[in-house]
This record gives sequence, structure tokens and C-alpha cells, in this order.
Amino acid sequence: MPGTPRTCDDQGVSAAAEVPTDAPEAPTRVRKLYRIPEGRMISGVANGLAAHLGLPVFWVRVAFVVLLLGNGLGALLYAAFWFAVPMGMRAGTPPTTWQHGSIGPYSLVKEPTGWRRGLRAVQQTLQGEPRTGAAADAEGRRRPAEDETHRGPLLALIALVAGVLVLFNTLTRQSSSPYIWPFLVAGLGVAVVWRQADDARWARWFSLGDSKRGSATLRLSAGVALVVAGVVGFLIESGSIGDFAKVTQAVLAVLAGVLLLAGPYLLRMWQDLSTERRERIRAQERAEVAAHIHDSVLHTLTLILRNADDPKEVSRLARAQERDLRQWLYRPAGAEESDTPDTLAESVRKVAAEVEDLHGIPVEVICVGDCPMDERLAAQLQAAREAMVNAAKYGGGEPVSVYAEVEGNTVWVFVRDRGPGFDLASVPEDRMGVRGSIIGRMERHGGHARVRPAPAGGTEVELEMERANG
Amino acid sequence: MTGGEEQSEAVGQAAADGPGRRARVVLVDDHRMFRTGVRAEIGQTASTGVDVVGEAADVEEAVAVVTATRPDVVLLDVHLPGGGGVEVLRRCAPLMPGGTAPATSAEGAGAVRFLALSVSDAAEDVIGVIRGGARGYVTKTITGTDLVDAIFRVADGDAVFSPRLAGFVLDAFAATDTPPVDEDLDRLTTREREVLRLIARGYAYKEIAKQLFISVKTVESHVSAVLRKLQLSNRHELTRWAAARRLV
Repeated sequence: MPGTPRTCDDQGVSAAAEVPTDAPEAPTRVRKLYRIPEGRMISGVANGLAAHLGLPVFWVRVAFVVLLLGNGLGALLYAAFWFAVPMGMRAGTPPTTWQHGSIGPYSLVKEPTGWRRGLRAVQQTLQGEPRTGAAADAEGRRRPAEDETHRGPLLALIALVAGVLVLFNTLTRQSSSPYIWPFLVAGLGVAVVWRQADDARWARWFSLGDSKRGSATLRLSAGVALVVAGVVGFLIESGSIGDFAKVTQAVLAVLAGVLLLAGPYLLRMWQDLSTERRERIRAQERAEVAAHIHDSVLHTLTLILRNADDPKEVSRLARAQERDLRQWLYRPAGAEESDTPDTLAESVRKVAAEVEDLHGIPVEVICVGDCPMDERLAAQLQAAREAMVNAAKYGGGEPVSVYAEVEGNTVWVFVRDRGPGFDLASVPEDRMGVRGSIIGRMERHGGHARVRPAPAGGTEVELEMERANG
Repeated sequence: MTGGEEQSEAVGQAAADGPGRRARVVLVDDHRMFRTGVRAEIGQTASTGVDVVGEAADVEEAVAVVTATRPDVVLLDVHLPGGGGVEVLRRCAPLMPGGTAPATSAEGAGAVRFLALSVSDAAEDVIGVIRGGARGYVTKTITGTDLVDAIFRVADGDAVFSPRLAGFVLDAFAATDTPPVDEDLDRLTTREREVLRLIARGYAYKEIAKQLFISVKTVESHVSAVLRKLQLSNRHELTRWAAARRLV
């Protein structure tokens, strides 16, 4: 059917099916301070501050380290920032499940790569100061990640030395401050737990997977143990360990009383909260379904109404829509929509769907077994596609049957139509469709193609190919 | 599924089997429009020989109507309110050939056979109803003449496979064929496999007969044998196969 009419409505559907994207409104946004998790050392405070102030992250870190020497002020400041500043992200990373909708105003400039970058790094390390006049500095802002990669070790060394100095300093004054060890231990525990909570939240937002659950638990318990050890140490140091039991009893009693009083209320609140959340999720799902139906089915129905007097076009539209909807409804949960399927069965189905859409002829695909694609199978698929196109064009409008089977290392693809059939010998020498695209292609890649009349009319193309990797 | 000539031929043959050649059919589908459409398509008794003697929209109704009318063939939708086609099959099991219903005198006489007719082409639906005892499975894209043909074939005790079903069966047996400890009964013979493969490639029974130089009756008996193996044996392997694909 070479003359299948292609209406411009077709484009209308695909255009309407596009997901509406949120329009960015970057220029007018107030610059807010965020922590930046990429390339961070601890929690991204220095990274975020550097990007916010337009300073190199290196110097921000140096400032923190210097402040650390002043009786640990740097650590306090850092902790305060960590606590108060929300986690943000750079422009350019996909905000798939980002909740607040506002994204930090950071952007990355493309980097020079290769030896030039290496040379620069050497220069920077040797000179110890930022190179001037670089094109990349035109924006007046340096890239934290870049600095990080080259100066990370240097900075780590400085921080280590500073830390040791601080520790030494405080330890030599231990007589005047006996609580330093418990404080240090407890502070370390708090840092571990905070960092952990940060990561957990981050992972939930971006659903990075739960492969690290074991280590997360380990880190959490280690942090808690450190804090407990610190507190106990503090108590021992202050000599009030004996009172501790009494205090604990009192605290527990008060807690129990509070729980008794406020328990039902808290429970109710919790239940309400989860109910509300569940309903919100459901509403979201419904909205998504509605959007999909609107974008696809309703548009197609409109087109069908408009083309009511053209049965061929109507059935083509309906078929394409049916396949689309079916795929959407029954796709496996969590499956990504990718453009290039990587198994044979999926590829055959995709090609068949393309041919079906293009020529308006139903193509029925049956696949038995499956295997990953390789370059030989790709060639076979190309040949099969050509055979399907031929069958759709010259098959007299009857449905085309495609059967693919993987048996051990051999992959068979049969394409059959029920058209008038043709005699390969009578096709002129210069017509290369079957000879070049099907038979020749299969032979080149080490397979076989046979074109033969089917017993009850029509033509069957048989494609046989060995898989490439044993 | 079949080309123009052999379709009419098949229907002609069905009608030519004699004026006594009638099939009493019950339609079970929850969409009234669909039932109406099928009835209009196949229900002209004079030309097709099919008598639609009842309709049902859910499981309860279906069991009641089938028990009351004792049709030759039930066209059964897979997805039904009240438990689905599998539930109907389960509750009508005594009425099937070899069942324990009192009216079942001889083999086939008075027995009810089920032909699944569904828009679903998911493997679990297909295998489910076949395992439940349906004698065939066709999709709703089938033409009226093909459907009439399938009805008579099922009424005669044969099995009707759509290409897609054949593909699923091949897949199932290919996956379970590897352990050599299975009894021979559980495996498909080379010939049966060949027949199934041709069905999957879109061949009609008659074309398969031509291709393999055997009679249509032989093709049908091969298909019936496959169906029997699917229902009776291999239960363990099929379950495993389905579980491996998270179908059950």
C-alpha cells in the first residue's frame, strides 16, 4: 500500500503527546544559599558557600581550616551551616523527584580536557594560586569541582595538619579542660549521624537505590555508640555517674507520663498524616493517568472522528493507539522508556510497530525465546525490517505475520504475507530490495535468507543467523 | 488469519456438513456491545449454523446460563467481574468432557466446551484459561468466519490455537525441555513442535497440512495432543516457568 495517506494530523498527535516541561524562570530568582553535594568533602557547606559567594571553594575551605585553629570556631561554624542550610543541587543535574521546585542558581562551564587541563593543574599546584586570564574565568566564578580534583589532596593534608595541631593544643592543656575527650568523641558521633541522615535524605529524593542499607545501619549505630561513649565519659569525668541512674529513672517516668497524655493525640496525628499522604499519592497517580489518556487516547479519538470516512486511516490510528496504550499499561514497573531496546524480542516488536505505523498494515509478532542483541542480529533485524516493509507494501493489505525464535545459538525470523507472491527470478537485476537488503545483507553477516512462496499464497522470507558471541 | 479463499471454503465446509450441523453457543463477556457484535457476526443460524442460546456478563450469570442451557461451546472472556474466566472454568468443570455431570452420557455428548475469546494477549491469561480446561484460545481480532470455524472445531473436540498462543506454548516447553529426567509424555514431539511453529508463523491448519504433507485431521490431532500435555502433564514445569517470569 504505497499510497497510504499521511495526514498532517499525525504530527498533531506527536506534538500534543509531548510532556509539558516547566518553564525555567532563572533570571529573576533570588540567589539562595544551598549546600552542594557533588564533589563535597563532608556535607557540601564549603561547596555551597563558594558558589554562593563566587569564591573558589579552596579558599573557603582554607578559611574554615584557619578558623578551626581559633579554638575550633571553624568546626562550630561548619556545624551551624550544616544544620541550617538546606541541601541544594546544581543546575544541570536532573531534578526528577525534586520537591521544592527551586534549584540553586549554579551552573557549570565546560572544561578543557586532556593535557591542557593536566598542565593547568600542575601550574596551579606549583604556583599555589589561581592562574589568571583564563577564558574559563570570564564568568568571574571558578568551578568548585575542578579545584577539588586538583587541590583535594593538598587541602586534605592541610586539614590533617591543622586537626593534629588543634588536638595537640587541646591535649597539652588537658589539665584545665578534662572534658575534651568526651566532647570530641560525642562530636564525632554527631557528625557521623548527621552526615548519615543527610545521605539518607538525599538518597530518598533521588532514589539512588538501597544497596547501601547495610553500611548505613553500621554507620548509624557507630555514630550512636560514639555519642553514648562521649556522654558516659562526660559523666564519669564529672563524677556524677552515681546520680545518673536516678536521673534516668525520673526522665523515664516523665516520658511515660507524657506519652500517656499525648499518645492518642500523636497517634491520631500520625494516622491522619499517613492517610493524607496516601491520598495525595493516589491523586497524583490519577492525574498522571488522566494526563496520559488526554495526551494520547483523546487526541487519537478526535483524529478518528475527523477521519471517520477513511476506514484505513481510522484503523491505523486505532491500532497505533492501542499498542501505545497497552505498552503504557502493562510495562513492567520501574521500566525506563528507552529508545533502543537491547533484546531481540523487544527489537523485533519495535521494528514491527514502526512498519505497522508507517504502512497501516497489521503486523502480528510472535517471539519465542529471547537473547541480547549483537551486531549480527542487528543486521538480521535490518533484513527482517526490509522484509516486513515489502510484505506490508505488496502483501495486498493482508496482515503480516512475523515469527522470531531463538534456539540455542541460532536465531530464526520468518516474515510472511498473504499477497499475490512473486518470483525472485523474474525480478529485474537492478532491483536490489530483496537481493541487496535481505539476501545480500544476511550473507555478508554470515547468515542465510530464503525467499519462497508460502503454500497457500503469499511469500515467506526466512532469515537464519548464528549469534555472534558463542 | 486465513486468506480469503480458504476462509469461505472452511465456512462452506462447516455448513456443508449437513443441515443437522449446528452449534449452540453461549457468549460470556462483560461488554454488552461486544456480545451484540459477536452475535450479529456469527449468530445468523441459516448461514453459519451457530445458535446463540445465551449470554452472560459475569461469573455467576455465566455458570447459571451454562448449566441451564448446556451449549456445545462457550465463548469465554478471560477478564470477567467475579473471578474471571478461570473461575467460570473451575465451576463448570463437571460439565466439560470427562466431567462428572449426570447428563454427560457418552464422550462429548452433552458436554460443554470452552473457547477463550479475549482481547488480552498476556501469557498468564492465556496459559491460565488453557490450564483451566478451555479447548482453545483466540484473540478478539479474529474475523467472524474464522471464529465460526473455530467454534465448530472446538465443538468437534479439537483444539484451536492462535499464533500467539502457539508462541507461548513453544516458549513454555522450550524453557522446560532442558531437564532430561522428564517423562516423554511431558515433552512435545518434533512433529508437534513443528506444527506449533507453523501456527506461530501465522499458518492456518489447512496450510500446515499442505506444508507438512499430512492431513488436516492429523494437524488437529497434533494440536489436541499439545493441549492435552499442557493441561494434564507438565503442570510442575509450567508453574515453574510461569513463576520464573513472575506470571503467577
